[in-house]
Amino acid sequence: MTVLAADGASSSPLHFVEYFLDHRSEDLGLLWSHTWLSVVPVIVGLLIALPLGWVARRHRWTYPPIMSITGVLYTIPSIALFVLVPPILGLDTLDPLQVPIALTVYSVALLVRVVADGLASVPDETVQAATALGFRPLERFFKVELPIAVPVIAAGLRVAVVSNVSIVAVAGTIGLSNLGQLFTQGFQLSTPDAYYPPIVLGIVLCVLLAVVLDSLVVLLNRLLTPWRRAVAT
Amino acid sequence: MIRFDSVTKRYPDGTVAVDDLELVAASGQITVLVGPSGCGKTTSLRMVNRMIEPTSGTIWLDDEDTASMATHELRRRIGYVIQHAGLFPHKTIVDNVATVPFLLGTDKKRARSTAMELLERVGLPAHFAKRYPAQLSGGQQQRVGVARALAADPPVMLMDEPFSAVDPVVREQLQDEFLRLQQDLGKTIVFVTHDIDEAVKLGDQVAVLRVGGHLAQVATPAELLSRPVDAFVAGFVGRDRGYRALGFATAGTLSTRSEPTVATGAPLPTGSDDDWLLAVDGARAPQGWLDMRASAPAGATVTDGLLHRGGTLVTQGGSLRAALDACLSSPSGRGVVVDEGGALVGTITAAEVLELIEAREPEPRT
Ligand SMILES: Nc1ncnc2c1ncn2[C@@H]1O[C@H](COP(=O)(O)OP(=O)(O)OP(=O)(O)O)[C@@H](O)[C@H]1O
Ligand SMILES: [Mg+2]
Repeated sequence: MTVLAADGASSSPLHFVEYFLDHRSEDLGLLWSHTWLSVVPVIVGLLIALPLGWVARRHRWTYPPIMSITGVLYTIPSIALFVLVPPILGLDTLDPLQVPIALTVYSVALLVRVVADGLASVPDETVQAATALGFRPLERFFKVELPIAVPVIAAGLRVAVVSNVSIVAVAGTIGLSNLGQLFTQGFQLSTPDAYYPPIVLGIVLCVLLAVVLDSLVVLLNRLLTPWRRAVAT
Repeated sequence: MIRFDSVTKRYPDGTVAVDDLELVAASGQITVLVGPSGCGKTTSLRMVNRMIEPTSGTIWLDDEDTASMATHELRRRIGYVIQHAGLFPHKTIVDNVATVPFLLGTDKKRARSTAMELLERVGLPAHFAKRYPAQLSGGQQQRVGVARALAADPPVMLMDEPFSAVDPVVREQLQDEFLRLQQDLGKTIVFVTHDIDEAVKLGDQVAVLRVGGHLAQVATPAELLSRPVDAFVAGFVGRDRGYRALGFATAGTLSTRSEPTVATGAPLPTGSDDDWLLAVDGARAPQGWLDMRASAPAGATVTDGLLHRGGTLVTQGGSLRAALDACLSSPSGRGVVVDEGGALVGTITAAEVLELIEAREPEPRT
């Protein structure tokens, strides 16, 4: 700390605000693409996870293999997945879809279990009653099972969206424009002396983004489940 | 009418849950399936709406083979009530009740107003309509379950132990209300229970199943109590069945003797031929017995506090069981008989009721 103070005010970690004001339009662009990369793969991932989770729940024998496969996918280090996606799918390296696809794979891996467990949280007699009253399978899924599974799925979405914010930052280090580039800039500017403001700015913006997205999921959950609040009071 | 035509269900693991069942559930009547746990009651019931498919045999709904209909259409024509109600936790009570009309594409407003009428019918106040199921007691949820099953006015209702998860007092209330409702609606009902008392109380016809899915006996409740076909049914029907069978026997109109009375609020009479004097109100409805042996201050009037209220009442056309109970529970030993409006007709003694019991047909006919 004493060394930093001697280096002058502009390199102090607390000067990330000035750094942001000096590079405002560039930093906002990074924030925007970071947001986009964090949200869209989760939404696409959820859309893919819904039918997979439904299958895992409906045909019990598929549950163990589906969970093993998605579990393995989730343990692949993100940087390796970014690198592996283009050759596997026949894309160019640095294709704009490379990172979104990898992130979608992560989201699916996380959310399949969440969807299956959410559907399992629907009371059996509720499903039986719906069937007996004459819901067809798809009607029953969308009008009864899915709405009741929302709280469990929302909890999983919070994890997915927040972890995506940090994985996206890693993609910045392989050259994609997002908040991760602030870290690269910080390292580049740190020669010969440490220069912290862009790094701190990156951390602050990532945390803020994660908090905002997390709150949005919480809010959405509340809007979709008025019945849970009515019961709590 | 629902007809089981040599219906068998064998589960994939080899369990025979229902074995060659032949049974007719008559239109407008309550047919109760009763038997010990695992005897195939639920399986039989669920084959009607094809939640479970029979291994062999046919189930007819009037003159249609249920196997020939689309399952969701079949089910929308059949009300279904289960233990714990199985309400939709994410829907309000009124929307729970309106479920099937919504599925059938009925206009939302009309479906909801029908649902409101049904809630009233099953004895739930209108302000419950906007609540969610978790905000209701078990008994109230069960009423909603019944209302939901009735919403599309299906001719047929299937009920699987609908009242078994509530306490005995609420259960009796629900049973009584259910019988009143059925009197108005005249649905064709198949009702599953493991409780023989419930079966005898609710059934127009009772089918006793034994483990392995064999039908042991189909009979009216009175016949079941008085003439069980074999040791299994006799054992299942249980003790006190002679006394309980009296609940189905009447003596036409009970003949009574007239009973001296005193009006409540009148001056307390002094001196009486009998130790007990019956008090009635202005409409001649019996209020209780005055103990004439007790000393009372001069000038006192007949007040509630002086009355013994232990005795039950029997209506003139009531069962011999109710008549005997009125006698046995009365402090004076005389059973109080009232007319349909609840006004005093006269009294009867236990000895007289016993004579009626002995004079009864030895085996009631159906
Ligand atoms: N899916 C199934 N697979 C295999 N066997 C089953 C299945 N469902 C029920 N059984 C068996 O079939 C028999 C009848 O079951 P069912 O549920 O119809 O009995 P029940 O009379 O309703 O019993 P309870 O009074 O306990 O509800 C039982 O021996 C049960 O173990
Ligand atoms: Mg059962």
